[in-house]
Amino acid sequence: MNLLSVSKLNAYYGDFQALFDVDFHAHPGEVIAIIGANGAGKSTFLNAIAGNVTGRGNSITFAEEAISGLRSWQIVSRGIALVPEGRRLFSSLTVEENLLMGAYANTKDAWPLTHIYETFPQLKLKAKQSALSLSGGEQQMVAIGRALISNPLLLMCDELSLGLAPMVVHDIYETLTTVRERGVTLIIVEQNVRQALAFADRVYCFQEGRVSLTGRAGELKPEDVSRAYFGLAGAA
Amino acid sequence: MNGWIDSILQGVMLGAIYALFAAGLSLVFGVMRLVNVAHGDFIVLSAFIALWLQRITGFSSPFLTLILLVPLMFLVGYVLQRVILNPAFGADILRPVLITFGLSVIIQNGLLQGFSADSQKLHGGKLEVASIALPGGLAIGVLPLLTLGVSAAMIGLLQWMLYRTKLGRALRATSADLSTAGLMGVNTSHLFAMAAGIAMVTVAVAGVFTGIRASFDAVSGPDWLIFAFEAVIIGGLGSLWGTLAGGLILGMAQTTGARFSPGWQLLSGHLVFLAILILCPRGLFPRRTE
Amino acid sequence: MTTELKARAIRVKQSSPVSCISAVGAALLVAFLISAPSWIDRGHLSLLVEFFYFLALAQMWNLLAGFAGIISLGQQAFLGLGGYVVFFAAMRMGWNPVAALVLAGVVGGLVAVPGALIVFRLHGAYLAIGTWVVAETFKLAFSEVKSLGAGSGISLLAAVARAVRIGPFSRDTVLYGAALLIALLSIVCSYVLLRSQAGLALTAIRDNEATARSVGVNSLRIKLLVFVGTGFGTALTGALIYLSKLRISPAAAFDINWTSYMIFIVVIGGIGTLEGPIVGTLVFFLLRQYLADLGSWYLIVLGVVAVVVMLKMPSGLWGTFAKNRDISLFPTRRRLFLNADEYADPGKLRA
Repeated sequence: MNLLSVSKLNAYYGDFQALFDVDFHAHPGEVIAIIGANGAGKSTFLNAIAGNVTGRGNSITFAEEAISGLRSWQIVSRGIALVPEGRRLFSSLTVEENLLMGAYANTKDAWPLTHIYETFPQLKLKAKQSALSLSGGEQQMVAIGRALISNPLLLMCDELSLGLAPMVVHDIYETLTTVRERGVTLIIVEQNVRQALAFADRVYCFQEGRVSLTGRAGELKPEDVSRAYFGLAGAA
Repeated sequence: MNGWIDSILQGVMLGAIYALFAAGLSLVFGVMRLVNVAHGDFIVLSAFIALWLQRITGFSSPFLTLILLVPLMFLVGYVLQRVILNPAFGADILRPVLITFGLSVIIQNGLLQGFSADSQKLHGGKLEVASIALPGGLAIGVLPLLTLGVSAAMIGLLQWMLYRTKLGRALRATSADLSTAGLMGVNTSHLFAMAAGIAMVTVAVAGVFTGIRASFDAVSGPDWLIFAFEAVIIGGLGSLWGTLAGGLILGMAQTTGARFSPGWQLLSGHLVFLAILILCPRGLFPRRTE
Repeated sequence: MTTELKARAIRVKQSSPVSCISAVGAALLVAFLISAPSWIDRGHLSLLVEFFYFLALAQMWNLLAGFAGIISLGQQAFLGLGGYVVFFAAMRMGWNPVAALVLAGVVGGLVAVPGALIVFRLHGAYLAIGTWVVAETFKLAFSEVKSLGAGSGISLLAAVARAVRIGPFSRDTVLYGAALLIALLSIVCSYVLLRSQAGLALTAIRDNEATARSVGVNSLRIKLLVFVGTGFGTALTGALIYLSKLRISPAAAFDINWTSYMIFIVVIGGIGTLEGPIVGTLVFFLLRQYLADLGSWYLIVLGVVAVVVMLKMPSGLWGTFAKNRDISLFPTRRRLFLNADEYADPGKLRA
């Protein structure tokens, strides 16, 4: 049984079509990586599931309920959280207020704040600071914490390691490991293909708005991945 | 000398009204970057509704009409935002400005039609004439003092709402990043409408207090919008306590100007506003962040 | 090499067949209007004068708000200023009233410079109310000037009113000619501006000011140019209005309703197009013809129409009409045309 299944998803920005007939599914507890070049439609795909981009004539089913056509604020309470690209912390809010915003929709089932501080101890010390006064890595932790606090069934992370030092990226993936051990389903968009293949159970590769390759992370051949990633230019 | 002190004192009292005018404008701008050009007209509308409510209910004090007026105006604000302004909300501020400008013309002429062009006043009874004697032969009216208290309390409440409640946190988050607030589960259309509704509560209170203090007519709105606007800009955008200070400064500028000649009352208020705009365009007490 | 040649097969065009036909039509219409004073009665002539100055005012407001993104609610400052300048120059300085008209425009343009420096410190909706404050300040300041009749205003001396004539042309004809000229100039100047480099920059600023700035568009300079230009034009029109009204007072000359009318005309007709204000002025006069007797109901109707138009068809009557028809009487957009033959065979370009 699938937790999330997407069939024939098309998404548009005005007249520009960003996704073409994307089929996708995720089992409960699975970790899926989405890879692909810039502009391949990875972020659009996550945003379409989160309800930030509306698709046409598509069907997205989550936990056996159709969620296509719902607005983003209606989707969160069903158990989907997105860590957006570039973190998108609320600049005029403190660290703690940013975290609490994550619990806005699911106040009942939300994690207590202390739980987040146990996962990210350094945030507790800076709880009252403006979120933008933190380092890039710490900001990413706030963004993840803000998504986790809603106690999601599905956590989607967009470009977590972008612009961060390797050490920090390592820490963040350590945290994600504890998240996956709790049984949370993960979809991560990752530029670093090696990182993605090492961490994920399954991989989808996007190219120009279409799924160009999919398979189990351990079974993909490097040359197939690079063809799916860069297009046919190399092969021709 | 006493004359000057009296002017300043009266200015503070007058400024309290302006701060009350401005509180809602400041809140809505802080959250939505929107200016309701009909803001002043809604204050006038509230005063007229209070007048009418007092007539049909026989309430002895206009303050009692607030029991009905506050929820009514909240609803007006909520529906107005949800039905008319939210659909026009976007990067282009032209549409909301022109729509509310149109509303301003509609309200003014509707009031002219319904209540004629005559000046009206709400009657506050004994409270209107009560005053407290101060040393040096000065006196402060009880009503103006009450207005100052209510004005400060109102701004304190808004500040508390914005910084200490879940609603306020969501309003600030939405103001900072609309689409990410949606990802957190915030229904931003509802939230904007809540902000507009709360702004209209301040409008209702302002309408009753100013209606007792001074006479008003169907076309008083634009002047009141301008005073509210000047208070917000003098105080600094996005700062509620700044708005209170801005209102008081504007009030003092007007009453001291009036000492030279009655015609100079409004003029000196505008000149002080323009001077502040030239010298410190961000206002006297701008919000620290951003 | 081929790519470069192929690129040359793509041309930028601003005109269209419709615009060529409309140019001929416009020339005929102008000739017709120029001859009007010789065969139209006085009542209709003064109606036309009014039509022209509302058209000019609306066209200038459209340039400000629809193209430069400056939403001014204070254009009555320039209008009233122009009126007072023409009265002052003609009555206190002994100027010929027609020359004083031009002076009024120049003063309006000059005042716009410091005015812009103040109100441009505000943005968007706050700029709008800021301009209104400036206009209120003008109203109050002129109410304090005793030599201009203070709050109650002054009348134009009969001798000065009689001096409004050029050669054999009577006062009515001169006022008519001036109004027609101002209306035409407002359209022609907007047209020329929008087709120029600055017009392209304006469109860029309107669409996205930050991006326009990042590609090197000096938005402040262009906005200043438009603000000063419309300040000149609005003051000139105001001078003309009060030269024909013969009496001026601060409350009437600096009335926000002047700007309300400009807004209603532009919004209903279609903001951001040159045709919009023309359509809007026609609708405005038609509504007034039938509804003016209703007093405040007339303004309520105008307000409701404007709000509904802004909500349901923000591009106005003209914009909605022209949208799917690709019609433009005054084409200011730049459109790319591909010559398919040349594109397929760049060799033809060489020939």
